[in-house]
Amino acid sequence: MYKSVIVGTGPAGLTAAIYLARANMRPLVIEGPEPGGQLTTTTEVENFPGFPDGITGTELMGNMRKQAKRFGVEFITGWVKNVDLSKRPFILQVEGKGEIVSETLIISTGASAKYLGIPNEKENIGRGISTCATCDGFFFRDKEIIVVGGGDSALEEANFLTRFASKVTLVHRRKELRASKIMQDRARANEKISWALNNTPVEVVTDEGGVTGLKVLNNSTGKEDVIQANGVFVAIGHRPNTGFLTGQIYTDDNGYILTKPGTTETNIPGVFACGDVQDSRYRQAITAAGSGSMAAIDSEKFMESLEQ
Amino acid sequence: MGAIELTNETFQNHVQTGVTLVDFWAPWCGPCKVQLPIVEELGEELKGLATIAKVNADEEHELTSQFGIRSIPTLLLFKDGKVVDTMVGVNQKDVLKEKILKLVNS
Repeated sequence: MYKSVIVGTGPAGLTAAIYLARANMRPLVIEGPEPGGQLTTTTEVENFPGFPDGITGTELMGNMRKQAKRFGVEFITGWVKNVDLSKRPFILQVEGKGEIVSETLIISTGASAKYLGIPNEKENIGRGISTCATCDGFFFRDKEIIVVGGGDSALEEANFLTRFASKVTLVHRRKELRASKIMQDRARANEKISWALNNTPVEVVTDEGGVTGLKVLNNSTGKEDVIQANGVFVAIGHRPNTGFLTGQIYTDDNGYILTKPGTTETNIPGVFACGDVQDSRYRQAITAAGSGSMAAIDSEKFMESLEQ
Repeated sequence: MGAIELTNETFQNHVQTGVTLVDFWAPWCGPCKVQLPIVEELGEELKGLATIAKVNADEEHELTSQFGIRSIPTLLLFKDGKVVDTMVGVNQKDVLKEKILKLVNS
């Protein structure tokens, strides 16, 4: 039996692991289908303090993992199929690895990319539809690409994809972008990016080879139009990975775990949540890491209270 | 290592007969780093039953365009040289194993 198990290996989970290992809690970290989390699908991270020249997402997460390893954190790879949190110790069923039992649990499973939910989209994932510019941009050298979304990550992807693509069209259903000013300025200055704002994606257009374009509804004219592209990168936000909890942990309507304000405590004593899985508001690497350290300290306090 | 590294030159020979799983990956792709160890393990576990292989998409452009790969990781499952299944994204070991064994026994 473990004193502490952490599910998820983004900045939240790995920070919690570093803190718990240093507190002698010998944590086990369960690494899922996206090790390192969302940061591994981004490019440069320029706002994580301590890296004056920026650092790539993969490198930052590699460093955090190394740091956790240095303090003896144990890692296993596996999908948590289901959990029994009805009593302590908690029981986790991990695909292919069997049962894991732990006194405390930290949930840091983060959030995964959302899709548009339009016709022809799901069928063409891998045939031109993608949510990972750093993974798939490479396959669109000298091709035309569409990025859908209006936030920082959409603009970052658009900028990144101009390294490969001959042209990147940014499609967003509103007139205004949600992205920060610095990202907007950078994208506006990029000559390879063209803009299709106020256009709602309607349907993915394909032929036998895969994606050839995106049908959009122009909201100002009310007319439909097809924008040609071999790739459509969807960057419209994320949904929290809380399905495996099957309602045992309270969440909001969007599936984000509810924590007691100012803490990482969930509705079940001994279960803590940190990072994007409980944060629909800030969603930064640094806030995730910060809440990871909180979850570790909360777990440690909880164990101490049991031992007294 | 459990998975055979295939190139454009060696590809046909390896997929021509029997059941073959091919993992298209690249060193700069985060999710590929999860998939590859799973595929390597399958290579050990299914030795003699099926061919488990990998292709570096960063180098083998002819193969990626031949199979229309636009996203990685992508796993292709072959039976006697024909693609019978395409799986995009990270796939769990049990799921892959079941698909491969089903094909081996069919």
